[in-house]
Amino acid sequence: MKFKLLVSVSRSLLLARWKQTLVAAIGVTFSITMFIALLSFMSGLNEMLDNLIINRTPHIRLYNEIQPSKHQPVNASAEYRHHHNFISSVKPKNGRLEIYNSGPIMKALKKDARVLGIAPKITAQVFYNVGAIDITGVINGIDVEAENSLFSFHDYVTSGNYIDLKNIPNSIVLGKGAAEKMMAGIGDVIQVTTSKGERMQLKVVGYFQSGLQDIDKVQSYASINTTQKLLGESNNYITDVQVKLKNIMQAPQLAKEYRQLFEVEAIDIQTANSQFETGSSVRSIISYAVGITLLVVAGFGIYNILNMMIYEKMDTIAILKATGFSGKDVNRIFISIALTIGIFGGLLGLLFGFSLSFLIDHIPFNTAALPTIKTFPINYNPRFYIIGAVFSIVTTYFAGYFPSRKASKIDPVIIIRGK
Amino acid sequence: MNGKILEAVNISKHFHDPVDIQVLKDINFSVQRGEFVSVIGKSGCGKSTLLYILSTMDTDYTGDLLIDGSSMRNKKEAELARARNEKIGFVFQFHYLLNEFSVLRNVMLPGLKLATYPEKEVEQRAYEKLKILGIESEALKKPNQLSGGQKQRVAIARALINDPLIIMGDEPTGNLDKKNSEVVFNIFQELSQTYNQALLIVTHDNEFAARTNRIIEMEDGKIIRM
Repeated sequence: MKFKLLVSVSRSLLLARWKQTLVAAIGVTFSITMFIALLSFMSGLNEMLDNLIINRTPHIRLYNEIQPSKHQPVNASAEYRHHHNFISSVKPKNGRLEIYNSGPIMKALKKDARVLGIAPKITAQVFYNVGAIDITGVINGIDVEAENSLFSFHDYVTSGNYIDLKNIPNSIVLGKGAAEKMMAGIGDVIQVTTSKGERMQLKVVGYFQSGLQDIDKVQSYASINTTQKLLGESNNYITDVQVKLKNIMQAPQLAKEYRQLFEVEAIDIQTANSQFETGSSVRSIISYAVGITLLVVAGFGIYNILNMMIYEKMDTIAILKATGFSGKDVNRIFISIALTIGIFGGLLGLLFGFSLSFLIDHIPFNTAALPTIKTFPINYNPRFYIIGAVFSIVTTYFAGYFPSRKASKIDPVIIIRGK
Repeated sequence: MNGKILEAVNISKHFHDPVDIQVLKDINFSVQRGEFVSVIGKSGCGKSTLLYILSTMDTDYTGDLLIDGSSMRNKKEAELARARNEKIGFVFQFHYLLNEFSVLRNVMLPGLKLATYPEKEVEQRAYEKLKILGIESEALKKPNQLSGGQKQRVAIARALINDPLIIMGDEPTGNLDKKNSEVVFNIFQELSQTYNQALLIVTHDNEFAARTNRIIEMEDGKIIRM
């Protein structure tokens, strides 16, 4: 009853100055709209840029690195154990790049409940032979189906069908840049030379475009079998095992675990790509800062309008107090005016923000570097909407707080006698 | 039915700004139920100041104020607001109606605030009060569509809505012409005689005062006749 009365009083005051109220509400609406649109767009962009790397990067990569032995014989000698031993120019001995026991390792990983999936890979250094010229390149031997399901391989095969890589023996998907250099069309046969001097002819079944031109100039894909044949290795030769986890945050810890368990090198995505995370977080901080600035400015607008309203409605406040409304009631009336502006402005802002994001989402955005992107990226994260809603209410509350306090302290005697 | 409903005990007040002046000096008097009292005096004699102290709106004084037997000293702002709402009706020189609300709603507001009755009943009572004052036909208009005399009658209806112990008026006829002053006076007299309503009216108008039950005359912050 009492609440209803206060609400009805504040509604009348609001409607009495509906134009000003509208201006205040538009201020909030505008700022929330921009806040939502800006953050959705920014984080959409962030996500897209991150995905450029993260979607195609294994969460953990297991590989074997040829490096000098950490244990030199002199350290094992009892006689020199307590000496400082300096050995300069230590060289690695001739080891193999492949992962030892790759079969059992993969089997164990597939059983691990934390692992989403694995994709074996072979990296082979080659030369693409173009007439008399050799271009250096890398052929990645992949398990086509696993690679596709874990790293959306088909998104990046811009021409040709990715599955041909599996079905057609001795086939290759060329990097777009490499293909342009070689002027190789789909269906053409190209020749590659391995670092050991072996030659092999491969049929081009598609182009690969990652969005990173340097990679596209060098990298190509072939099936694991083709690569093993190219290198003249047996069919259990694997140089990398790419692991995708269910929870990416576990990567550093699991990498450590696998390193010990399988006695291989293991690198997690956070360590390998730390710069991307930094970039994304800086971009989000900037967009939050801009959004919040807009809201604060809108809050000042509300503050001004309420202040003016209080000066105009001195008489009303005085008479309300004279007839038995307490300072608290007057305070609540003005706070509820502010909150009404905030809630309505905010709700409209959320709506317009969504519409604006939706609009941006449909603006065509074609760039050669990003084959999978057709329109501007937008992230419809409900979190932005929640932050926007909460923040619009909080700012308007504070914008209303001081004027309301002032209104509640108005002395009716001064106003009434002043006439 | 008789009894003190309002009692001032040694009320004094000082203005401190710009210099210390004592505007009220040891005011002692009481108002009985059903009494029609007028307060007269020259400008600046402190009669309005006294009225605002008696109405609980001004709390900066020494002495004690008893309304319906309970002291208004040391009460919190919200308690005073409640007491004003329940026990005191106001009529000012200027009508102070809220233009945002209809006449009826203006009259209802203090009643809704008190919330003794549900909204429907408050509305019913507001109509009754307007009928007493002969302006029930204007109930749905906005205050700014009424004449000055009508507005003042609406203000009186608003003062009556919670059946207050006492109605206080600060020059309620000050802004009205002869004819309307007469109407307002007759209303007050009717309230006093028919409804046994206590009234305490500050006025400049000696003619008006002469027709009331009792005159309190003030000079230099003191009561010289009561």
